[in-house]
Amino acid sequence: MIALRGVTKRFGDEVVLDGIDLDLAPGALTAVMGPNGSGKTTLGRLLLGLERPDGGTIVGLEGRRRAAVFQEDRLCEQLTAVGNVRLVLDRTTPASDVVDELHQVGLDDESLAKPVRELSGGQRRRVAIVRALIVRADVVVLDEPFTGLDVEAKVALMSHVRERCAGRTTLLITHDRAEAEWFGARVVELTHPGKD
Amino acid sequence: MTTSTTAAEAATGSGWRKVARPLLVLGFWLGVWQVATLAVHQDLLLVSPGAVLVRLTELVVTGDFWSTVWYSFVRIVAGFLLAAVVGVLGAALAAASRIVDALATPVIAAIRSTPVVSFIILVLMWADSSRLATIISFTMVVPVIYTNVLDGIRHRDRSLLEVSTVFGVPLLRRLSAIDVPAVLPFFIAACKIGIGLAWKSGIAAEVIGLPKGSIGERLYQAKLFLSTADLFAWTVVIIALSFAFERFALAVLARAQARLANGPAA
Repeated sequence: MIALRGVTKRFGDEVVLDGIDLDLAPGALTAVMGPNGSGKTTLGRLLLGLERPDGGTIVGLEGRRRAAVFQEDRLCEQLTAVGNVRLVLDRTTPASDVVDELHQVGLDDESLAKPVRELSGGQRRRVAIVRALIVRADVVVLDEPFTGLDVEAKVALMSHVRERCAGRTTLLITHDRAEAEWFGARVVELTHPGKD
Repeated sequence: MTTSTTAAEAATGSGWRKVARPLLVLGFWLGVWQVATLAVHQDLLLVSPGAVLVRLTELVVTGDFWSTVWYSFVRIVAGFLLAAVVGVLGAALAAASRIVDALATPVIAAIRSTPVVSFIILVLMWADSSRLATIISFTMVVPVIYTNVLDGIRHRDRSLLEVSTVFGVPLLRRLSAIDVPAVLPFFIAACKIGIGLAWKSGIAAEVIGLPKGSIGERLYQAKLFLSTADLFAWTVVIIALSFAFERFALAVLARAQARLANGPAA
């Protein structure tokens, strides 16, 4: 169990999260919803260890391997899709596994031969998703993972994400209630006005 | 009438232009030089390109010429390479530690604004003149490399660094995929400036310190014996050496950049 107790986060004078209590059940998917500026992304960053709380505690993250799909693709532009995914993998995972995984999300061999700077927005998003899901992470943060995808691709990728996140503690940050319901996730609403 | 240009013809034309253009530019300035020589009409003040070429051909067949070139080349290039290593390591340390940054900033600023002759005289009091060109080239180039590389480190993509933190990317892999590709363009720009600076300051140091068997000593002798042809010939040699070394270094760096751009990191 990952437990947040009275977690507060400020940026300067602005309070982004104010005394948040949240339990993330092990192996379950929790969806966080809320308006812009309610601190959803900050919550994800706290779980990823990219921010430290100004107050309160987060327990249950020690020694847990983490992975994320960020709001932006955050890919190394000069590398291929395979290069980007292998960057975060240990050496024991063969390149063929990476290629198989990228094929499964709809990237063909022609796309895999190019540096990611030459891929379309949708293709780049798939690479970012595969990168996050192929690592053996215990905690996965998905921050608006399906942004920029057409409906058909989104549906296919949602199934892929559900399959790969099974048994992992996952936080899905989304604006789309239907998306959260499709995953059968527990939905947590953040209402505190602040910075997203 | 219609005209068509094939890709091969276009490539040949482009290749021809690539060779012809610099030769035409060189020819133009040699022409200007020749006209100026005729106008001045005093070999002591300005020798003709032909006379310089003749003097150069006389020099290059002697063993003394090559040992002189080697003497200065080794020392100045050593100074530059040492500056490149120290500049990069210093910038990396300054990026990692505010204390190092705070301590290094005034030193770098002081070196930048100190006249090179002050350093030359100071080094002559401390060290043997045979080491002068290396120390002076090093001193002049270090601030350029340090400042540019530090700038490059500070301009790395923060979002990619966060990716490497979250996924626990090993340091060497992060260096090759994220850090070096971001910093390399800054380093290359610094090298372009630094190589010319190393030669200019290194030769200036030799002219003042007069280490035996150096290009600087030959330049000084040319002045002493009022041999303008020698002065111009050695200057041409310095320009050629600086240009050749710059081309070589930039080709090596461009190759490294291309490898990083194409090769998978893992």
